[in-house]
Amino acid sequence: MSDKFRVSRRQLLKSTAAGVTMLASGGIEPLSALAAGTLTVGFIYVGSKDDYGYNQSHAEAAATFKKMPGVKVVEEENVPETNAVVETMESMINIDSASLIFPTSFGYFDPFMLATAKKYPKVEFRHCGGLWTKADPANTGSYFGYIGMGQYLNGIVAGHMTKSKKLGFIAAKPIPQVLLNINSFLLGARSVDPSITVKTIFTGDWNLPVKEAEAANALADQGIDALTMHVDSPKVIIQTAAGRGLYVCGYHVDQAALAPTKYLTGANWNWAKPYHDFIEEKLGKKPLGQFVRGGIPEGFVKMSPLGAMVTPPARKQFDATLADIMKGGFAIIRGPMKDNKGNIVVPAGKIYPETAIELEKMNYLLDGVIGSTS
Amino acid sequence: MSGPAAIGLWGVPLALIGGAIRVSTPYIFVGLGETITERSGRINLGQEGTLVFGAMIGYGVAIMTGSPWLGVAAACACGAVFGLFHGWICSFPKVNDIAIGIAMMQLGVGLAIFFGKPFIEPAAPHLPAISLGWWSAVPQIKAALDVNSLFILGLALALFLNWAFRNTKYGLMLRVVGDSAEAARAMGLNPNRVRLYATAIGGGLAGIGGAYLSLYYPGSWNEGISSGQGLMAVALVIFARWNPLGCFFAALLFGGAGALGTALQSVGVTQGYYLFYAAPYVLTLIIMTATSSRSDSLVGAPGELSITK
Repeated sequence: MSDKFRVSRRQLLKSTAAGVTMLASGGIEPLSALAAGTLTVGFIYVGSKDDYGYNQSHAEAAATFKKMPGVKVVEEENVPETNAVVETMESMINIDSASLIFPTSFGYFDPFMLATAKKYPKVEFRHCGGLWTKADPANTGSYFGYIGMGQYLNGIVAGHMTKSKKLGFIAAKPIPQVLLNINSFLLGARSVDPSITVKTIFTGDWNLPVKEAEAANALADQGIDALTMHVDSPKVIIQTAAGRGLYVCGYHVDQAALAPTKYLTGANWNWAKPYHDFIEEKLGKKPLGQFVRGGIPEGFVKMSPLGAMVTPPARKQFDATLADIMKGGFAIIRGPMKDNKGNIVVPAGKIYPETAIELEKMNYLLDGVIGSTS
Repeated sequence: MSGPAAIGLWGVPLALIGGAIRVSTPYIFVGLGETITERSGRINLGQEGTLVFGAMIGYGVAIMTGSPWLGVAAACACGAVFGLFHGWICSFPKVNDIAIGIAMMQLGVGLAIFFGKPFIEPAAPHLPAISLGWWSAVPQIKAALDVNSLFILGLALALFLNWAFRNTKYGLMLRVVGDSAEAARAMGLNPNRVRLYATAIGGGLAGIGGAYLSLYYPGSWNEGISSGQGLMAVALVIFARWNPLGCFFAALLFGGAGALGTALQSVGVTQGYYLFYAAPYVLTLIIMTATSSRSDSLVGAPGELSITK
């Protein structure tokens, strides 16, 4: 609904001023950027910058570069995963002279960013979450964070705080990343008490406030007393769940301000780290990373500070596990493991650290998760 | 907090009732507003835009003034302005009300997104709930029966409209204009003026529905807040055959059906949730098909309505 009436200043300018030039030349490289001596970096978000969620996590990181000397930040929010993002990228390149662009939403990658990158070979494109391969244009790349460990730590704290031994997880869609988060949350909780279960509700899409609130209420009705989530904007879930007296663990950004007495901790992105690396590389005229990944040890993911209500045993295990994770190579997916239908999904002897490519193809929910991938 | 005892499968009917009460209010207000508008012979598809704009302005005003009720009032006033605008454009000859409605929908959503930016992050004060579950010791029932006063207002409004359409002068005027503009002119009525007011009232009610979304349930403002409820409510009016009480029950049905998918997952029926999420739409299709007729026009449809003419 919201996408159709979006005519931004950029698009308007572009269509009147720059459109003709672009059509005629098939895209010209910016000259003003080099002349001015500043690096213009473009950030593109699929939703709003203040959504208390995924987009805010990127916008917070982008904001840290606004005062960096020699760097100019341009941003556009609410850009749908359609040809609109091509227009946004082209106007950032042609009008703002951006030479490093971060399209942050999953659907921007193929075909939109790849096609634009072919057209503008001197502009660097780095995409958040895309499965970049060497066959893609040389001026492209992707970066992402391993946040599963963050959900594992969430699970540890929730596992200590739950009385009913029943936790909840409100998820958008059963894609590998979401499933890994659910499984990690379960494993964290089961490291405290192996009898804990995680009841999962899929809402079906990334931003459905009414369904998310209904899901939180339905979980509360079933005696769940702590939950976490993987949706684009957790604000509604956190407020509804806290209103029903549940503890919540956050996701994407620190949401403690929404429910100070119920917010235990949260798994949060720290995109400033990869952005900083890319921008330094670009300023130093070094080649930019093309397949950049990192988790808690690399500084891509961080945890919200523990809430005041978190008990000493929970703090102790949280701190000890975090210290272990910081050493690197920490693995929670260790065979043998069964899914919740009884099939062996991780054979005995197999150990997958968070970097394992097998985890990016995860299509199961582990034994202990009440929920279904279809 | 010690967790309340699980209520197992009872969670499903409870969630359906609770969901019906929680989710239905925007449907009720948009539906009743649209009933008034359509009874006058016009369709306002812009209700979706009015709903979203009402949600934004209600939230914004509540944040700035600290009073959620002022937010509701502001949303109602803005909705009425949207309705007046629609009614005014449509009073020109050869203007298609459906096309204008679609344009108004985009306008409302666009303006809401444009002006709503600063209100996404802060939390507004919520409308208070009336606890009708005091008689029960079960916390789940108490929670399900937390009713917002707007819901009760919606019920009262449905009853009132049901009576007023039949028994008041204004109800008669509205129906005459809606059924035959020529007859209305012969009576000395100005159809355009009646439709202007009817659309304005319809817009004002849709604005209140929007304020409920952002100020009570789910109680937050973002661009995805309505999930298309304004459009569904317009369909719901046809489903309810332009009857205010029918609207109220249809809204309850849609609200309850919408809660089915999450409720079933919460009790462990986890397969096929996409199918359960489609329940409200499947239900509409079934009832519309079952009650349709091959030979007659829609029962209860205002004669001047452009979709039934």
